[in-house]
Amino acid sequence: MQTNFTADQLRDPDTASSNQILRTCVHCGFCTATCPTFLLLGDELDSPRGRIYLIKDMLESGRDATEEVVRHVDRCLSCLSCMTTCPSGVNYMHLVDHARTHIEATYVRPWHDRALRRVLATVLPRPGLMRMALLAARLARPFAGLLPRGPLVFKRLHAMLRMTPANLPANAAVAPQVFRPIGPRRGRVALLAGCAQQVLDPAINDATIRLLTRMGIEVVVAKGAGCCGALAHHMGKHDPAMDAARANIAAWSGELDGEGLDAIIVNASGCGTTVKDYGFMFRAERGVWPKQAARIAELALDISEYLLRIGYAASRPAADLTVAYHSACSLQHGQKITEAPKTLLRQAGFKIVEPAEAHICCGSAGTYNILQPDIADQLRARKLGNLAATGADLIAAGNIGCMTQLAGEALPIVHTVELLDWMAGGPAPKKLKMPALAAD
Amino acid sequence: MIEQPEPLHDVLARRDSIVAGLRRLLPESGVIAEPLRLKPYETDGLSAYRQTPMAVVLPETTEQVAAIMAFCSSEGVRVVPRGAGTSLSGGALPMEDAVVVGLMRMNRILDIDYADRCAVVQAGVTNIGITQAVSARQFFYAPDPSSQLACMIGGNVNMNSGGAHCLRYGVTANNLLGLKIVTVDGQIVDIGGAHLDAAGLDWLGLLTGSEGQLAIVTEVTVRILRSPEGARAMLAAFKSNEIAGACVDSIISSGIIPVALEFMDRPAIHACEAFAHAGYPLDAEAMLIIEVEGSVAEQDDLLGRISAICARHDPISLKVAESAEQSAAIWKGRKGAFGAVGRISPDYLCMDGTIPTSQLPAVLRRIGEMSASYGLQVANIFHAGDGNLHPLIMFDANDPSSFHKAEAFGADILKLCVEVGGCLTGEHGVGVEKRDLMGVQFTEIELDQQRRLKSAFDPGWLLNANKVFPLTAALRAA
Repeated sequence: MQTNFTADQLRDPDTASSNQILRTCVHCGFCTATCPTFLLLGDELDSPRGRIYLIKDMLESGRDATEEVVRHVDRCLSCLSCMTTCPSGVNYMHLVDHARTHIEATYVRPWHDRALRRVLATVLPRPGLMRMALLAARLARPFAGLLPRGPLVFKRLHAMLRMTPANLPANAAVAPQVFRPIGPRRGRVALLAGCAQQVLDPAINDATIRLLTRMGIEVVVAKGAGCCGALAHHMGKHDPAMDAARANIAAWSGELDGEGLDAIIVNASGCGTTVKDYGFMFRAERGVWPKQAARIAELALDISEYLLRIGYAASRPAADLTVAYHSACSLQHGQKITEAPKTLLRQAGFKIVEPAEAHICCGSAGTYNILQPDIADQLRARKLGNLAATGADLIAAGNIGCMTQLAGEALPIVHTVELLDWMAGGPAPKKLKMPALAAD
Repeated sequence: MIEQPEPLHDVLARRDSIVAGLRRLLPESGVIAEPLRLKPYETDGLSAYRQTPMAVVLPETTEQVAAIMAFCSSEGVRVVPRGAGTSLSGGALPMEDAVVVGLMRMNRILDIDYADRCAVVQAGVTNIGITQAVSARQFFYAPDPSSQLACMIGGNVNMNSGGAHCLRYGVTANNLLGLKIVTVDGQIVDIGGAHLDAAGLDWLGLLTGSEGQLAIVTEVTVRILRSPEGARAMLAAFKSNEIAGACVDSIISSGIIPVALEFMDRPAIHACEAFAHAGYPLDAEAMLIIEVEGSVAEQDDLLGRISAICARHDPISLKVAESAEQSAAIWKGRKGAFGAVGRISPDYLCMDGTIPTSQLPAVLRRIGEMSASYGLQVANIFHAGDGNLHPLIMFDANDPSSFHKAEAFGADILKLCVEVGGCLTGEHGVGVEKRDLMGVQFTEIELDQQRRLKSAFDPGWLLNANKVFPLTAALRAA
């Protein structure tokens, strides 16, 4: 597609990158067909191609972001389904990231929107604060019915309260330490222990560590590593995102240069997509950062990729359960991992089924279900309907965001790694409340 | 930039009241009139041509379309219908004084009748959406344009779209049973229905491929077919475009009609392989994708006979897909071909002429010569069995002279198609792209007869007035 940037504009590395991306787009419109918001809203402006056009116009003109552009860019889930569909190889992710940074820098949101975003960006990446917030929210939950329904502010409060787990798990955050392998050491990895996931569902890290150490892998939770930066990054908050990423890069580089690392394991695929993008995020930074970041990004693997690489094997007899595999967007579109989790689950003895519209987002999308509750609710209902129609006994997914979004309905939802750990000798996931299963 | 009819200045002057009138007919999100939000609607799949419209409306029902048309026609406002905006001929290019009627919210499947093998769908249902809705019962909708993932059935009807499998199953016109249309003055008319052949004159035939000149299509009754027992694709690689072209002619003239017979040349093979990882032969100058259908025995027999014909044309390699996944990957590359060219060139013009298949070798050679003389690369990707060419002329839209050369090159290719006994468009429609070349195909008398037909449906020339017919003095002056 034609672009109109001045030579001066193109000296900015972000603009130069966006220009390249826009030049790759041929405006064919294939992306519209698999975009969740286009399916629901039926407006070019709420499709990837429409957003690309709005972003192009905003960046070329050098204008501050306006309400019209912000409205449609905010509605983008960043599910990246468009990138799977695009035949031309347009990197929509980097384009929309650039747009979000531009919006954050040039657009003044209404006070309540600003405040909420600040709270989310502050609380979610910090497990201690997150836990306190959830405890407080649990006290507020019974009063949710008293909130008015109409205005967006209240819809967002409802969305947050609904996401609060009815039973908050005990504080089980993983402190920085080294988990020694059982038996001879076959490998050594760092685990991104994460932020919100540790508070919402510590069982995922527990299962990961149990399974890996049982397979002879030493697992390091590095001191100084924390949130991957994705939450801030997706809200266009450049500096906090870079600070979080920098802390991780420093922590893991220390391990890499010390005892060495075979991989950096991520078990929340939303985070995995961001860690794998560290190389791009730091490409224009000074000093050692571009090189260090690229090295870390290359080592990052989703837990399913790594398990497949080292060879997973079940040790229990098959459980005779049908699992509906929910493919998180960050896995299937962000990281292009589609088969590994299903292959592993089959190796563990489960029957795998997939819902219709498996490529369409469930509406979780990081903080999207709080910021855009109307669209997120419609996508959630659509996804739950498709999952229920599979007739499966339970749902497996590889991302805490989806798990939170889809929890609480008829089918229990667990992380893929919990099922794999169970079949390799670990305990049955507590969320499977079927008595025959829990008695182990 | 393509010449547009002179805008109706009195309409432009009444812009605010017209927009206010439209807002009374539709919910808030259904009317777009702010300049920034109109911008993404300024173009379609042919992004070299752009024009921001006065407003965009997004109706959800036929009744809303009727109300919009009644209003626009009483106000003398021009209308441009739009589906998914995937047209490669600029079929949805707006006009400055026009209201774009976008049908993408009309995306419901209304009825599926397996006993009578038909489905009634709204105009904004995607082409593949029809097949997806019936595939669990082993049915499918046959015409399959490469953009079938995104393009909408209303647009398919208006362009009489084809696709790779039309060699066997025919184009859109051969797979339609009925239409619901809204006339320019807002009347709702039903044509045909769930039965073969409509009563009276062949209105269905007239409206199919009419490019939004006669009415707005809001519902379509399509024929659905039982899926074949099985299908298998093979890849045949050749040393030159002409040899591959000659092979196509040999296959067709032998009397075998494969379900699909597609051609790709070297640049196309490389771009598509990068996208689809289908195992395309990267050492070939040209490649044919040949697909056959039926029972395994039928497939084996046909593939054997086709392989024998290919073997007479000195092939580099012949490879039959060994699994459904391999076949799917082969088609993924072909269907994504136009977009995939975006990997090797920032912009392209996609031509769409048809020629008699016996002319393939000569025409491909001429296109190669023109490519050298214009200094612009071409990727050839097309429905070879139908003789429906899609040369993609690569250019750089950031360099105006490169675009003008591409336009001239394209015009030369289409003139060549007419010269060898073919026509200007196989399936993409005339749109604005080929509008000014209509005189190459038709005499002024023939054009006038067609204009009169349009006038009978649309006396004020409010529907899609910038397309199909070379601009008349009246439209130039308005």
